[in-house]
Amino acid sequence: MNRLWLYLPLAVFFLLLGFAAYQLSQPKDEFVRSAMIGQPLPNFTLPAAMPGGQGVSASDFADGQPRLLNFWASWCLPCVAEAPHLDTLRDEGATIIGIAIRDRPEDIARFIGQHGNPYAAIASDDISAVQLALGSSGLPETFVIDGRGVVRYQHIGDVRAEHVPVLLAELRKAAR
Amino acid sequence: MMAELGLAALWLAAALAILQLVTGIWSMRAPELVAITGAVRPVTILQAVFAALSFTVLLYLFAVTDLSVELVAANSHTAKPLLYKITGAWGNHEGSMLLWVTVMALSGALIAGVEYRLPERTMQAVLACQGFVAAGFYAFLLFSSNPFARLPQPLAEGNGLNPLLQDVGLALHPPTLYIGYVGLSVAFSFAVGALVTRQVTPDFARAMRPWVLGAWVFLTLGITAGSYWAYYELGWGGWWFWDPVENASLMPWLAATALLHSVSVLAARDALRTWTLMLGVLAFSMSMLGTFLVRSGILTSVHAFAVDPQRGTFILILLAIYIGGALLLFALRAGAVAEGERFSVASRESALVVNNVLLTAILGIVLLGTLYPLLAEAFGERVSVGPPYFNLVGAIFALPMLAVLAIGPLLRWRRDSLQRISRPLIVLAAVGGAALVLTAVLFGVGFLPLAGLVLAAVLAVASVMPLSGRNLRRVPLAVWGMVAAHLGVAAALFGMASESAFTSERLVALAPGQATQVGPWQVRFAAVQPVAGPNWTALEARLEARIGTGAPVVLTPQARSFWAPAQQTTEAALATSWNGQLYAVMGGAADDGRWQIRLWWKPFVTFIWYGGGLIALGGALSLAGRVADDLKRRRVRARGARRRAQMVPA
Repeated sequence: MNRLWLYLPLAVFFLLLGFAAYQLSQPKDEFVRSAMIGQPLPNFTLPAAMPGGQGVSASDFADGQPRLLNFWASWCLPCVAEAPHLDTLRDEGATIIGIAIRDRPEDIARFIGQHGNPYAAIASDDISAVQLALGSSGLPETFVIDGRGVVRYQHIGDVRAEHVPVLLAELRKAAR
Repeated sequence: MMAELGLAALWLAAALAILQLVTGIWSMRAPELVAITGAVRPVTILQAVFAALSFTVLLYLFAVTDLSVELVAANSHTAKPLLYKITGAWGNHEGSMLLWVTVMALSGALIAGVEYRLPERTMQAVLACQGFVAAGFYAFLLFSSNPFARLPQPLAEGNGLNPLLQDVGLALHPPTLYIGYVGLSVAFSFAVGALVTRQVTPDFARAMRPWVLGAWVFLTLGITAGSYWAYYELGWGGWWFWDPVENASLMPWLAATALLHSVSVLAARDALRTWTLMLGVLAFSMSMLGTFLVRSGILTSVHAFAVDPQRGTFILILLAIYIGGALLLFALRAGAVAEGERFSVASRESALVVNNVLLTAILGIVLLGTLYPLLAEAFGERVSVGPPYFNLVGAIFALPMLAVLAIGPLLRWRRDSLQRISRPLIVLAAVGGAALVLTAVLFGVGFLPLAGLVLAAVLAVASVMPLSGRNLRRVPLAVWGMVAAHLGVAAALFGMASESAFTSERLVALAPGQATQVGPWQVRFAAVQPVAGPNWTALEARLEARIGTGAPVVLTPQARSFWAPAQQTTEAALATSWNGQLYAVMGGAADDGRWQIRLWWKPFVTFIWYGGGLIALGGALSLAGRVADDLKRRRVRARGARRRAQMVPA
């Protein structure tokens, strides 16, 4: 009996090790999800990103039509990778509103010249205010906003080919 | 070429670690093979030489910013000051692991070079164990974290070092902590060696004690420095956050503190044999666990190293082998270690046992709190365990432990009675009562800080009592060490309780020219000006603080922008006086030309780190005393042997 006590530390250690091994084997969800899902858009008005363009405000989203809201920047490399898939989304009928983060008009123009312009409008958010208000912590990120201006879905990271049908389905869901 | 030299040295060191393991085991099996037994110590020393060479090469690569090396390119930048180029060598995963094994190899070499008190067989087992542990960490470096990997194309410029790490505190904090962590590997190997040979004697304890003391001193310094670094660099005004990585450094310290005291009981009274071995295994196990927690990314922490599940798996396997193996050996052999001497309830030993149990309980609480999110997540729940748990539950065990700490040193070894020490006990009770009345009536502080302040007063008086009635010139250094360390605990406790009870905080928006009040300080916001450093620019606020009509003290907190990598940091400004610190942080600008200024007045907060320093000093005094005693004993023995040799021919 007395001898068995000596095995206690070993047993405790392997129990802990088991938990740690289990934890390591689990895929890690590193994403910080927005708390704004299901909430109406925070009130905002942003100026156009390029001269002659059109600004964006929260009230624009309440006209009954669901939209994609895409946060991006000309300096963001994954945004280059995502550009062709945004084009596909537009061709499939999605309306995409772009918000350029901490960007310059001439850089935005150059980016669009090189990678195409999938956006119905591009606004400029110089201090990430709207981005932060939406609970987005990185670029690029894409939100599905329904026709009443409610945030319905958040896609973190660049949009890849396999995400296009997912986003289209979310848009259809938001239209119902 | 240099990077390849470093890598070659690392491979050689790894091979020598394996050779050390093989020759160690072989010479235990075949003590008559002098060629093998004689090789164990030289091989150990040679392993350290190559490890040190490898680390020196890494330092050189960082000093010259060799951007063809991936690690340098990812963590350094040509525009950094030279000091931070060099310290950048261990501000990353690979470099810090190389530092880790280098320290381990050097401590192994130190035992091989100077430790001759252990029985030779135990010594061989100890060195074999050191080689075995080191080999695993070399494999980890070589197969999953090569610090010398080259880039296919050299970069034109490096990525830079996290600006928070560009600080003198960081230059010293990790190496100090690592010497402590890894120094405990010596205690671990000693415990394993003793379990293998079943020789646990007071001589064994006397041989083990200086190594434990040395590691513990560095660990204490490392934790104290880390706490102060977090306090002034992170700009949150707190000095301990119960972050998993902080806990990872506290746990080995708690185990080492317990070990330090139990090894003394073993040395003085030949008691607590198995318990001492257990703690020896536990202390280094906690160090390795700490390493695992930081590197694997299974716990979320502010000390975010680049995390990689593959590395986590590697370290997990190493932990299973080393800790699991040592605990298995303990389970199989500890029963065979003969029971030590007995002692009565009222004795120095008993007090030390109670303290040991309470320290271990605190260790258990910290371990549980640190790993609880991990356990809960396995059952699908996400929780985080924070200060309310640690402070309250920790205090439940820490307060009685500190009370016993006040009384224990007054008791005699083996057998004593509370009647004999009734006079000092009455004095202590009177001090405690006076402190209670003073703090409760004058300031009306909450329960925990109140208990802390009262205990600090009692402990401060109690810690110097072992000196009373003695000729101070004849008090051994080890006793001075104990007094200093216990006084340090009292000082740190006083600082913690005072900070928690009396801190005043003010968050205000001020325009230049306006003033505010925090604690006794009148603080005037004089101006904002731009300043530039070697790799940053900053906005600096000029604050003039004064008490009453006294001379103003100028504080200049900054909001810094680093450009490599681009990052904003806040540099807190501190004004230290004998009775506390004024802490200022500059925030952002409001639209109307006002600036956010955050101010804290923290009475006696500095005592936390003075206390930590005093604890480490106590350890160092003790160590010096023990080593001096040992050298003296060795000289006396040598003289005796010489005399006997001279007498024989006559």
